[in-house]
Amino acid sequence: MKNRIEGLGGLADPQLFNETLEISKWKQETLLQQLKMMLIIRGAEEKLAEGTVAGKIKCPCHLGIGQEAVAVGVSTNLRSTDRVFGAHRSHSHYLALGGSVEGLFAEVLGRVTGCSKGMGGSMHLYDGARGFMGSVPIVAATIPLAVGAGLAAKMDGRGDVAVGYFGDGAAEEGVLHESLNLASSLNLPVLFVCENNFFASHLHIGLRQPSDSIARFAEAHHIPNEVVDGNDVVAVTGAAARMINRARRGEGPSFLEAVTYRWKGHVGPSDDIDVGVKRNQDLTKWKGRDPVRRLAKAMQEKGFLSAERFSKVQEEVSTFINAAWMKAEQGDFPDQAALLDLVYFRKDEKR
Amino acid sequence: MTTSSLTYGEAILSGFRYLLSNYPEVFVIGQGLWSPWYVGNSMTGLDKEFGQNRIIDSPVSELAVTGAAVGASLCGYRPIVVHPRMDFMILATDQIVNQAAKWSHMFGGQAHASVTVRSIVNRGGEQGAQHSQSLHAWFAHIPGLRVVMPATPEDARDLLIASVLSGDPVLYIDDRWLYEIEQEVSPIVEKNLRTEGPKVIRTGTDCTLVGSSYATQLCVEAAAHLEKQGVSCEIIDLRVVNPLIFDEIISSVEKTRKLCVVDGGWSACGLAGEIIAGICEKTAPSLLESTPVRLTLPDAPAPTSGPLESTYYFQSDDIVAAVLRLVSKRVGELSR
Repeated sequence: MKNRIEGLGGLADPQLFNETLEISKWKQETLLQQLKMMLIIRGAEEKLAEGTVAGKIKCPCHLGIGQEAVAVGVSTNLRSTDRVFGAHRSHSHYLALGGSVEGLFAEVLGRVTGCSKGMGGSMHLYDGARGFMGSVPIVAATIPLAVGAGLAAKMDGRGDVAVGYFGDGAAEEGVLHESLNLASSLNLPVLFVCENNFFASHLHIGLRQPSDSIARFAEAHHIPNEVVDGNDVVAVTGAAARMINRARRGEGPSFLEAVTYRWKGHVGPSDDIDVGVKRNQDLTKWKGRDPVRRLAKAMQEKGFLSAERFSKVQEEVSTFINAAWMKAEQGDFPDQAALLDLVYFRKDEKR
Repeated sequence: MTTSSLTYGEAILSGFRYLLSNYPEVFVIGQGLWSPWYVGNSMTGLDKEFGQNRIIDSPVSELAVTGAAVGASLCGYRPIVVHPRMDFMILATDQIVNQAAKWSHMFGGQAHASVTVRSIVNRGGEQGAQHSQSLHAWFAHIPGLRVVMPATPEDARDLLIASVLSGDPVLYIDDRWLYEIEQEVSPIVEKNLRTEGPKVIRTGTDCTLVGSSYATQLCVEAAAHLEKQGVSCEIIDLRVVNPLIFDEIISSVEKTRKLCVVDGGWSACGLAGEIIAGICEKTAPSLLESTPVRLTLPDAPAPTSGPLESTYYFQSDDIVAAVLRLVSKRVGELSR
C-alpha cells in the first residue's frame, strides 16, 4: 500500500479529482445500490436541515452532506456481525448500514420510535442488529471502543471486523495514538476510517496540525494505510475491501484516510455559519467533486443508467423520505419512567 | 456449609478464578498482569492458569485499554480492566464516566457496558500524592456507574463476582492495606449486585459508625476499644456506595441517635457528607441527639514524608476519640 505521509497534495485541491469515476470493474447492481444509498443519505440530511429550519428539530444535527461516499463505500464490504462505531457526524454511517430513515428522524425528534428510543438524538445513534454499535460526540471516544470490538471479534474467531469512524480533529486527541498502538500490538481486526474534511468545528487543519495527512499516525504504528479520494465511492469501496479482507484473514488493523468535504457548517443547516468566508470559495469548488453527481454521471456514460431512470430513482427516494418523516412525526415521546429505568441494566429487578 | 480461611488478597484471587473458570466471556486486561507484584497476591499465576489471551498485560495506555474493555463488553464479553493504582485511572475517566456509565441510558437501554473496572488504592510507604488517592466519591457521583468497596475477604471475592455478572459498568475498588486481613469465608454463592448494599456488621446501641473499605476495618478496631469504655457501637459497612441504599443506615441511626462517618477520602463533596446529608433529609429533625461527625482525610494531598504521613492518615484511636466526644455532647455542642 502507498505511503503518503508526506501530505495530501492534490487530494486536498478541490479543482482536482473531479473527473468521471472509473467504474468498469464494478457490478452495475452494486453501483445502483450505492447511488441509491447516497441519495437516501443526502435526502435524509436535507430533510433534517429542513426540520431544523422549521423549528421541529431542537437537538444539534451535524450534517455530512457531501461526504456520503465514505460510509457507503465502507459499508458495501460489511456484514451484520461486524461492529461499527461512529461519532458526532454519523447519520451516514448509520444509514449506510441499512439503518431505518424513520428511526433516524424519530430519534432527532425525541420520539420513542427512534433508533435510540428517543433517548439519544442525532449524536447518539444505535442499530445493534445491523452492527451499528453507537455514535457519541466526545471526539475520538469511540476509537478505543472499536479496538475493543476488534478484540472481541478476534476472540470470537468468526472473521468479523470492527470499524471506527472519526474525523481529522480526532487525530489531535491522544487516545488515537493509544488505540493505534494497542490494535497494532495485539494484531486486531480493526479498520480505522478517518474522514478528513479539513475542519474541526471552526478551525481549518492548517491551523491545527503541521500536516494535512492523518494517515501519518498509522505509519508510526506500522499500520497499513491508504489515502483515497473520499468523494469517489468506488475508490473508497476498493480500499475498504482490501483492508477488511486483510482483517478477516487475521492480518490485523488498517487505516483508511478518506479525503472529503462537508457542505454545511459544523452543526446545523447553514452552509458557512461558523467557518469563515474563505470556505465559500472552497465550497463552490468542492461541489464540483460531488460524490453523488460523479457516480451518476459515470453510470450514465457507461450506459448503466438512463437519465430517465435516474430521475425516477431520485423521485422514489424523495417520496420514501417524506413518508418516513411524516411517520416519524407521529411517534410518541418516551415515557417519563425511562428517565430512571434506563440508568442501569434490567430495570425489572430491584435498583 | 464448610468454611475456609482466606486473606483479602487470596479472596480476590479466588473470585477471579471462579469467574474465569465458569464464564468464558470473562477476560482481564490491564497493566502489570503478567508481573503480579503490581497487584499483591491477588492475581498471582492467573496468566499461567488461564492463558495470556484471557489475562492480557497491556501497553501503558489507561484510556485506550479501558475503552477497549468497554468496547468488548458491548460485544458480549464481561471484561475486567485492572488499574493497579487508582491515580493512573484518572487518565481513563472519559471511558468510565462518559461512555460506560451513559451507554444504557443514551441508547434507550438497547445496550449496556458489562465492564468491571478494578481500581486499587495504594497508599502510604512515603509514596506521596500521586500513588495514594481514594477517589470513590468522584465516581459515586455518576449515575449509571455502580461503585463497590469491599472491606472483608468474603465481600472482596463475592462482590467481584457480582460486579462482573451484574451487566452494568462497575467500579470495584480494593485497598492494598486490606490484603493481609484474614477471615473464615463461606463457599461461593453468586449474589445479585442490585440487591447488595450496606450491611450491619456489628450491632450496638450508643452510636452508629459508618465506614467503607479500610475505614470499616478501623471502625471494627475502634468499636472493640470503645466497648471496653462502655460505649456500644453499631457498625455499618457501606459495601456499595453507588447507588447508595440508605435503609440500614436510617434504621441504625433511629436506634442509636448518633452518627459518626469514617471515610478514606476528603471532606469536600465527599462520601461522609453524603451519608450525613442523607440522614438529615430522610429522618426527623429531632432524631439526632448529637451533631453528626465525619472523620476524613485532611483536605490536602497526601504527603511523602513519614511523620506527615502518620498525621495525615487517621487511625482507630482517632475514631475512638471522635465517638467519645460525640456521645458526651448534645446537638450543637460539638462545634464549640
